[in-house]
Amino acid sequence: MVGLEHYLTVAAALFVIGIFGIFLNRKNIIVILMSIELILLSVNINLVAFSSHLGDLVGQVFTMFVLTVAAAEAAIGLAILVTFFRNRGTIDVEDVNVMKG
Amino acid sequence: MTSVDLSIALPEILLSLWAMVALMAGAYFGKDRLAQALTWATVAVFILLAVLIGVQEPVSQSAFGGLFVEDAFARFAKMAILLAAAAVLVMGMDYLERTKMMKFEYPILVSLATVGMMVMVSAQDLITLYMGLELQSLALYVLAAFRRDSAKATEAGLKYFVLGALASGLLLYGASLVYGYSGTTRFEGIASVVHGDHLPVGLLMGLAFMLAGLAFKISAVPFHMWTPDVYEGSPTPVTAFFATAPKVAAMGLLARLVFDGFGQAPGDWGQILGFLAGASMVVGAIGALGQRNLKRLMAYSSISHMGFALLGLTAGTEAGVKATLLYMAIYVTMSVGVFAFMLTMRREGRPVQSIDDLNLLSKAQPVQALALLVLMFSLAGVPPLIGFWAKFAVLAAVIGSGYVVLAVIGVIASVIGAFYYLRIVYFMYFGTEIDPLDDDGAPAQRWLTLAAAAVTVLGVINLFGIEGAAAVAAQALVN
Repeated sequence: MVGLEHYLTVAAALFVIGIFGIFLNRKNIIVILMSIELILLSVNINLVAFSSHLGDLVGQVFTMFVLTVAAAEAAIGLAILVTFFRNRGTIDVEDVNVMKG
Repeated sequence: MTSVDLSIALPEILLSLWAMVALMAGAYFGKDRLAQALTWATVAVFILLAVLIGVQEPVSQSAFGGLFVEDAFARFAKMAILLAAAAVLVMGMDYLERTKMMKFEYPILVSLATVGMMVMVSAQDLITLYMGLELQSLALYVLAAFRRDSAKATEAGLKYFVLGALASGLLLYGASLVYGYSGTTRFEGIASVVHGDHLPVGLLMGLAFMLAGLAFKISAVPFHMWTPDVYEGSPTPVTAFFATAPKVAAMGLLARLVFDGFGQAPGDWGQILGFLAGASMVVGAIGALGQRNLKRLMAYSSISHMGFALLGLTAGTEAGVKATLLYMAIYVTMSVGVFAFMLTMRREGRPVQSIDDLNLLSKAQPVQALALLVLMFSLAGVPPLIGFWAKFAVLAAVIGSGYVVLAVIGVIASVIGAFYYLRIVYFMYFGTEIDPLDDDGAPAQRWLTLAAAAVTVLGVINLFGIEGAAAVAAQALVN
């Protein structure tokens, strides 16, 4: 029997993979965008699991909002990435270093 | 019912309509000839809305089945946000013209970000909170990378986007946990689930994630790494915007969340906020010591100031919220003054932003130098200027709640911070001889700097009456 805790475990695992994907990734920025999507999708699994468990629809409504905003966020992220590429000719994480810090 | 709901959210609706009309006008007539007219019109809309909100009946109303609230707290924050955004638009225009960045999208993006901020401070539900925050953030990501042909600006935009999206993810994960363990997304529903002085573990986890996400938005340590780079890389008018209105909105949202949603357990979130506040004050003060770039210096200064503002919320009392609101209003005024001056800094037509460029400013531009001196003293918290009273109020509030250690840390951080503010004054009055800065044009910025300096001096008398408004706002939030 698959219960609430199984869904929460999967969501937590995806969330952690997403966070580590952002911080440990030394290759390129597209991977960071993918990690961000992973985090948002883990949240959606959480919300839907809770919604089903509680018998309350609000969680699923929340999920729809999160999906929509995630699409807008990805669009803006890619647009910024394209302008960055035009200026620098690279999208390697290690080349995001004009400013120190 | 619907018409009542719509009338409660009227300022937000009007501003979104304005943004869409302006976008259509800009897209239809093409080109950026309209940019200046649109910017002035947006300033007029901001000020009109601030007046509209100011003259509303002083009652608390909630709309859309309790998703959205209009009370004294929301009105105070919204007026601060609108006026700060209007000031930033006015002072950025000359700079944008000179650097050929005056595009019609600029006032529209600022309008949309402002709508998001207004929704944030009125949020009564996790979904409203998230939508407001994202509307603000998405517009700000684009603004950070507004100068498309600059490597620095696009890098700033990219860093802001990646870390901002990560913060949104943390906040959302927290929101999902809060929803799961309380069974509702309403703040009042969450509050009704909390029994006794302590939160259940699930809610506490959710709250911790949400606070981490919001700490990023107000650039509190340890989520501050983006601030210096984004401030330095973004075009200066955009930096000025980052330093003012969004900070007020995020602080307002944080206050709403902890008081409306988790008001019964001030001890639990007080510890988290206390840590954020203490770390921000110290790291902000020490980090700024080595900075030669004025924008990076102001970034660390804003981190430190956000720490002080958080002190008031840490206290968890009505006096604390009032102190935080006053602190934010005063901080925004001083920031507007300093950034207005930074926007006039040019040598032979090219913008400069190093503190070495301020050498002997007192000889070239005595009035501006004096205004900047007043603002720096006020930012450092030297009595009797208004910045001192802001710090005094938050420290008094936090001592009143028994966090004496935090108050001591605050005073020490304030002394360390005084060094770099006073170093700027030293450069202006006793520096070495260099080519003076350009002294032409940009009257709006110069007047704003003078006005901000005048406010920091004259405000000492009675704070222009905003103390009463802040008290009413704090009462509306805490009770």
